[in-house]
Amino acid sequence: MMMCRRATELMSQRLDRPLTWQERLSLRFHLSMCGACRQCNRQFGLLHEAGKRFMSGSRHEDDDSR
Amino acid sequence: MLSLTAPSAGTYDVTEEPLDDRMQRLAAVRPRLLSFARLHLRDNALAEDAVQDALEAAIAKNDSFEGRSGYETWVFGILKYKILDLLRAQKRQGQWQPLEDETDDETLDRLFQQSGRWREEARPVSWGEPEAVFENEHFWRVFDACMIALPDTIARVFSLRELMGLSTAEICRELDIKENNCWVILHRARLRLRACLERGWLEEEAS
Repeated sequence: MMMCRRATELMSQRLDRPLTWQERLSLRFHLSMCGACRQCNRQFGLLHEAGKRFMSGSRHEDDDSR
Repeated sequence: MLSLTAPSAGTYDVTEEPLDDRMQRLAAVRPRLLSFARLHLRDNALAEDAVQDALEAAIAKNDSFEGRSGYETWVFGILKYKILDLLRAQKRQGQWQPLEDETDDETLDRLFQQSGRWREEARPVSWGEPEAVFENEHFWRVFDACMIALPDTIARVFSLRELMGLSTAEICRELDIKENNCWVILHRARLRLRACLERGWLEEEAS
């Protein structure tokens, strides 16, 4: 069975390349049973989104108008 | 170089007003451009120069921007190319450390047990709703601090991927590394960043 360490590799790579269907399946299975990894997965997603916000300028939106 | 755009009397009747308006928007976006450049270049003086260049280019090329929405994004785009040029120059001049030392397992051993499970103290906890996180100014302060705390090479790969939005294939071309190596580095970068953010952020929330 896949452990958390390997699961975090797939969570990360999911953001950089398409996973194979076996990888997707085993990641989904692991996430369904591991709360800590579910949090980690959300946070990786959030970091990914944070980077986009930085570039698109929606970060610190209110700073501009002050 | 601001003089490039100084209008001689009577020639800028139509564009004078918008240009003025844009100068203000540039001034407003400057701090954000600067922190963006700093995260990539990791050198204050270099970042200041890159932003100055980008601002001057934005003013010089003002006419080539159409439409008001997305102006900041357009300026960020100019800065992005300035930064990529600088990074390429740094690389040509041999100013970069080799990447190998970033692929050791130290980061992972601090977080995971031998069995591959999270160590008890390293288990991720909830950060709440993403929108609330993004609106929290403290989150962004900690984000900057955690980015600066990353080792240079890890930070470089992460910021090219997540801040500039390059694909891992493009990053490999820029940095001359294998794509597999790139994924390994990004995995470590994300684990370190999320741990740093959680530590820095929750501590402050509690105080």
